[in-house]
Amino acid sequence: MTTELADGAAAAVTRGRGRATAGSRPPGRLRRSLQTHWYAWAMCAPVVIVTAVLVGYPLLRGVYLSLTDATEANMGRTIGMNVIPATYEFVGLRNYADILTSAEFASRLGWTVVWTVVCVACHFGLGLGLAMLLNRPMRLRALYRVLLVLPWAVPSFVSAFIWRYLLNGEYGVVNAMLRAAGLPGIAWLDDPFWAKISVIVVNVWLGVPFMMLALLGGLQAIPRELHEAAEVDGASPWQRFRHITLPGLRPVSSTVILLGTIWTFNQFPVIFLVTRGGPGGSTEILVTYAYQLAFEGIRDYAGSAAWGMVILALLVVLASVYRRALHRQGEVW
Amino acid sequence: MAAVPAASATPARPAGARPRPPYGRFRRSPLASVALHLTLIAASLAAVFPVAWLILTSIKPRNAWQSTTVELFTDPTLDNYVQVLTETSFLRWLANSLIVAALTTVIAVVIAASTGYAVSRFRFPGYRSIMWMLLVTQMFPVAILIVPIYNLMAGLGLINQLPGLVIAYLTSAVPFCAWMMKGYFDSVPVSIDEAGRLDGLTPFGTFWRLILPLSKPGLAVAAFYAFITAWAEVAYATAFMTGDDKYTLAVGLAQFVGQHKAEWGLLTASAVLIAVPAAVVFLLVQRHLVTGLTAGATKS
Repeated sequence: MTTELADGAAAAVTRGRGRATAGSRPPGRLRRSLQTHWYAWAMCAPVVIVTAVLVGYPLLRGVYLSLTDATEANMGRTIGMNVIPATYEFVGLRNYADILTSAEFASRLGWTVVWTVVCVACHFGLGLGLAMLLNRPMRLRALYRVLLVLPWAVPSFVSAFIWRYLLNGEYGVVNAMLRAAGLPGIAWLDDPFWAKISVIVVNVWLGVPFMMLALLGGLQAIPRELHEAAEVDGASPWQRFRHITLPGLRPVSSTVILLGTIWTFNQFPVIFLVTRGGPGGSTEILVTYAYQLAFEGIRDYAGSAAWGMVILALLVVLASVYRRALHRQGEVW
Repeated sequence: MAAVPAASATPARPAGARPRPPYGRFRRSPLASVALHLTLIAASLAAVFPVAWLILTSIKPRNAWQSTTVELFTDPTLDNYVQVLTETSFLRWLANSLIVAALTTVIAVVIAASTGYAVSRFRFPGYRSIMWMLLVTQMFPVAILIVPIYNLMAGLGLINQLPGLVIAYLTSAVPFCAWMMKGYFDSVPVSIDEAGRLDGLTPFGTFWRLILPLSKPGLAVAAFYAFITAWAEVAYATAFMTGDDKYTLAVGLAQFVGQHKAEWGLLTASAVLIAVPAAVVFLLVQRHLVTGLTAGATKS
């Protein structure tokens, strides 16, 4: 107790913030930190409370459901006056064991990783290329910019429908053009391999403009003098790109790559609306697979909740990696 | 901040000196110019073609989408539009989407603003946990919460009700708005807060009277993102909304091309009706959008 009081007094003095005149009794630790921090806590309270109720509680319930055998049939519901009680039972970790040992999990995870990596790599590569082209003085620059941003401006579900029509095997304009060129049409959405290519193409089309604009902003923030000095010193274009442009872009590119990774990993509408996960589930990523389990056929709530938790675990790993990267850049939290 | 001395140093430049032309401008060969423009034209075509084709299809007769040849125009007509507006629930769906998205946006921004400020300015016990919570919850894919939320809503009788959808959207909109506003507040110089505090404002007064009015662009960006996220959401809307009169646009449009019918004529017309106003608004504000999202990274 004495040490605590001494600590408190010392801290109050060194911080210079504690009101020395507040009272004859030195405040306790809790009271002192309440005095210093109550503003911050009060301002955070709305979000904390809302998150606890809307995310925390459902999350706990999801964890519980994932440990049961709940399906549509035994969920319990109220039909008119009749209350049918829930009859699902606790089954421990069986759902998780089933998922982790299933071939489905390996193949869904594999495809999700391929999907995410290919999409983000294309987004970044094409976005950076276009941004560098747009970052030079030329005629019609503003026009190109507007045209190139268009895919981002159209709501994503609308774009998904557009592409489903364009890629339609029989009536789609893509196949019509192939046939006009004397080539055989391709079953874009009905063949497992081409369906994967199709959803990647659609998602790349959707995602490049954001990357392009973000990186263009980053490019414009790099002081021109750096490039000029390097040019005077005889650096080749590649050396300037490698040693000035890329390092200068790092703050922007780390943010957009993280965002892009999360968005792509969670990209529900493109898969769901373009192929519905088909043909035969071949384009189903983790997120859409868990959704189909819960809302199509016999609704397997417990299984879907368990898939959700597995996905959450993967995302927490991703977030930790990101936080470590931020830490290295000097952001401390 | 470092910007202040830099700004005061600018007038030191000789008054008559004009800024130098951008590097590389006069050294581009004609061949390089042609290549540059050709690349950009090809990219622009790829970006624009799907949308252009959508518009062209929408003004063809109702069944012209079944043509197997490439035709730009066949008997232009507005039949599809008339049909969409008069014989389908399109306007109802549009209203539903707007209501849900607007409610989500307003509630999320109001709840999130003060937290965004607190985590931008204060260091307090619990700070790291809150940042961690904001980062993780906005990454939550639909698959994690949709089942428990669906069951809770079913228990509360909120399935097929617009408020149920708003509640579901708030789970991601609130942390997202808080995170984005933190990014914007970070770019507002702390010296403004210090001046306010010296003049006797409380921390909340500083936030409310000084920082919030200065941060209107940041708030607008966060609100806009929350809005378009809610308005283009597919998964919750598809699972929760079961009645034709409660569909949002994303669910309703899927009905045109469901398993039993394919009305691509109607679909393209509705898509144009949604996409054109959305794209116009978007193109007008897009400059602010990118800076808003990467504000934390560039500090500009």
